[in-house]
Amino acid sequence: MKFQGYRRADGRAGTRNTVLVIPSVGCSQEAARSIAQGLKGVVYLPNIMGCGQMGEDRQTLKRTLTGFGLNPNVAAVLVVGLGCEELAAENIAEAIRQSGKRVEALVIQEIGGTKRTISLGRSIVKEMLDHAAKLRREPIPLRELILGTECGGSDFTSGLSSNPAVGSACDMLLAEGGTVILSETPELIGAEHILARRAKTRTVSRQLLDAVALWEYTALEAGQNIREGNPSPGNIAGGITTLEEKSLGCIYKAGTGPLQEVIAYGSRPSKNGLVFMDTPAHDIEQLTGMAAGGAQIVLFTTGRGTPIGSPIAPVIKITGNRGVYLKMKEHMDIDVSKVLEGKETLTDAGRRIFEEMILVASGKPTKAEKLGQRDFCIFKLNPNI
Amino acid sequence: MARARVIVINEKDNVATALESLRRGAEVAIEIQDNVEKITLVSDVPLGHKFALRDLKKGDAVIKYGEPIGQSLSKIARGEHVHVHNVISKPRLRRSR
Repeated sequence: MKFQGYRRADGRAGTRNTVLVIPSVGCSQEAARSIAQGLKGVVYLPNIMGCGQMGEDRQTLKRTLTGFGLNPNVAAVLVVGLGCEELAAENIAEAIRQSGKRVEALVIQEIGGTKRTISLGRSIVKEMLDHAAKLRREPIPLRELILGTECGGSDFTSGLSSNPAVGSACDMLLAEGGTVILSETPELIGAEHILARRAKTRTVSRQLLDAVALWEYTALEAGQNIREGNPSPGNIAGGITTLEEKSLGCIYKAGTGPLQEVIAYGSRPSKNGLVFMDTPAHDIEQLTGMAAGGAQIVLFTTGRGTPIGSPIAPVIKITGNRGVYLKMKEHMDIDVSKVLEGKETLTDAGRRIFEEMILVASGKPTKAEKLGQRDFCIFKLNPNI
Repeated sequence: MARARVIVINEKDNVATALESLRRGAEVAIEIQDNVEKITLVSDVPLGHKFALRDLKKGDAVIKYGEPIGQSLSKIARGEHVHVHNVISKPRLRRSR
């Protein structure tokens, strides 16, 4: 099966055709915003990091900003730097240029202030827009899709309807040879040994268990024991018996395929099939990591309703809660509440989600896109110095 | 009588979840693939709670989402409420020994 997408110079295919403005540091963020302002088809990343970052955080920052530029949903990139930051604008630009995209870099201290940078930047992105407008969608096999999965603002309907229905849609994409990213490592706690059994190799299994253990340890260091007291008394009253059950309700949204690999935050999968990305459960940090890893589209389940969206990847919201669907209609794309009324099977709901995913991949805007939700937040471990 | 609303997530599961509060004695029809099985509940099952689709021995794995979510602490009859009173998380059981 196919979707209609944009073929890029590096052979990958996008579901969107965005011109992206990346501030390499928080100090150039306002200039980046002004460059993109009012231009349809241009988005900027509200990045406030990039100064005084240490160790692994520096690597994560570079991987994430570069990953956004490399994502095939992006047609061309303008990087805007200040000039004294550690991660120079040109470094990011060069890494993205490897993909064959048009990439330019502007440095405020070299140009002599933000006014000139903004006016130069606007003429560059307008040119990029003209070029992007000439590109046409063409049929692309579904196996080229990298689908991100996420749940946020969960309620009792999530584990019983929206997550299993999305899982069924993921199995349909996996059957086409596509790629599904499961993430939010802390949410695996209690069921990590079960997911580890689905790992393709012992190494992958070990990597998964280690990733979970590290999060559990990090939480303990901060005085939080995730395993004890979970499921919560509220969960138990609602019918959740064990932590395995609670965590499986989250894991199940990515389908039932074998686990091919475990990848770091913001990294691109090297294999097709089900992959696990080590991210926090923080909704926006997780979404940012998956988009940086090349996800061209995201399925997002919610019980309570949430508005968030990505600057570059369409995010489809699915809820199993009828009341929330009606109340939060401006944010919700798909209602699967009929599953809990016994009027639709999980497979039929999954088929509906799968079909909507193909439409959105081919250009149909999601609710989050219509509302201009462009949430962005890079995961970091340490304070800035 | 309207059919009681329940859901079985995965065909390997040995429990179903009640989508409304069900009373002991209620007859529930379960569709798995194309087969319809009738089960009479032997205990009350509140909304969102589980009941057994078949008889479980003590120590059997309780399967939901196609995976073991815990281990039974006693015999559980088909149609009986399955929850914290008769199921324990396996890692928790291991630690308490």
